Amino acid sequence: MDLILPSSGLVFWQLIGFLALLFILIKFAWKPMLAALEERETSIDNALKSAELARTEMANLKAENEKLLAEARLERDTILKKAHESSAKMIEDAKQESLKAGAQMIENAKAVIETEKKAALADVKTQVATLTLEVAEKLLRKNLSEDKAQKELVDEFVKDLKLN
Amino acid sequence: MAAGSETEEGGEDPTGFIMHHIKDSHEWHFATIGHTHVTLPLPVIVYSSDRGLEFFKSSDFQNHETHVFGEEYAHEGYYIDSHDHVGRVDGASFIDFSITKNVVMMFLVIAIVLWLVLSAAAHYRRHGTAAPKGAASLVEPIVVFVRDEIAHKSIGPKYKKFVPYLLTLFFFIWVGNLLGLLPGAANLTGNIAVTATLAVLTFILVNINGNKDYWKHVFMTPGVPLPLLLVIVPVEIIGLFTKPFALMVRLFVAITAGHIVILAFIALIFIFQSYSIGVVSTLMVTFINMIELLVATIQAYVFTLFTAMYIGSAVAEHHDDH
Repeated sequence: MDLILPSSGLVFWQLIGFLALLFILIKFAWKPMLAALEERETSIDNALKSAELARTEMANLKAENEKLLAEARLERDTILKKAHESSAKMIEDAKQESLKAGAQMIENAKAVIETEKKAALADVKTQVATLTLEVAEKLLRKNLSEDKAQKELVDEFVKDLKLN
Repeated sequence: MAAGSETEEGGEDPTGFIMHHIKDSHEWHFATIGHTHVTLPLPVIVYSSDRGLEFFKSSDFQNHETHVFGEEYAHEGYYIDSHDHVGRVDGASFIDFSITKNVVMMFLVIAIVLWLVLSAAAHYRRHGTAAPKGAASLVEPIVVFVRDEIAHKSIGPKYKKFVPYLLTLFFFIWVGNLLGLLPGAANLTGNIAVTATLAVLTFILVNINGNKDYWKHVFMTPGVPLPLLLVIVPVEIIGLFTKPFALMVRLFVAITAGHIVILAFIALIFIFQSYSIGVVSTLMVTFINMIELLVATIQAYVFTLFTAMYIGSAVAEHHDDH
């Protein structure tokens, strides 16, 4: 057989054989295979996309958490500050109150003392008046009897007075 | 192809020995042990308008001892001449549909491709989109390569409907090339009838898919002044045919030449009848066989790639230049 002249028989069988191979493979192999490959590629694509989505969502969530945390921290700080302020105010108030109360008490005590003092003075005055009257009475009585004796008596009274 | 046979042919006529191996034949000759030829007789099928379809056995047409074909061994009005051509004694016309060595080889290649690809496809039927296993892990990378690197890049957005044809082409040529390298195998993809058939199929596929731009480019090449069209149009029309012609010749030459080189080194052993030449030749044959493994793949790739590029030029939407 010739090397460069195609023989009719081989062309015929080659045509039939190759076309049969082509149609069998298209129907039973290439179509399902290419479809499966495409499906797999889409599913991988989708998986990658959803992973990306999950990652961004995760990042968002984290950012939100951080924001919440920061807000909470801020709030805590404000609350603490307020509590601090109010406690300081309370202490201040209490101090003022007690100072006032103390002053009031001192005032009252002073008033009482004043009253007592006045009463005591009044008492002393009365007693002094009484004593003076008694001394005067006794003096008057003795003075009338003797001079010398008068003097002694006065001294005596005076001494008595001191003792009293 | 080839090792192990033929002291007779090789010793006396290296050209005949080589040609015997790369050409088609009506019987499959495996080896000659002493004077016994180990062959597989093949069917001879002829059709003539007066006698209808007739079936014979190739061994009907030869000397049973020497297995030589010749006009003197005519059988029922037909004979096979010494060049392995079927002839008719009365000279009337007929068509030869014989199952020759290459036809058997082609069925073998088709069977192997079917087995390989269908068992790969079975994986997808059973496991859907799961990762490939077994035959699928061999076939899938090639499928993806042909689809993405050859079809998509050469054809463009409309590549999808051409992928099955390109894949079939690639697997048929690749397996054919590889099997052709086996000792005793037929030179299927190095046969011009095979490459011509494939090229014609590509030619038909390209031209029935040619769009307006493609035909306009052929018959009214844009940007060329009218007088020049007289020259350009015939050249473009010839170009339609040279493309598949180049496909046909490229594969045929690449595979046949490889076989000739290997056979020539083997023939050297019989010419020189020397051990040292035998050792060197065997080393060279091994080396060239390795190159041929590469060539087998490259040629399958190139045939598929050029087919894709021709399809690409037929379906491309261009508004331009060139």
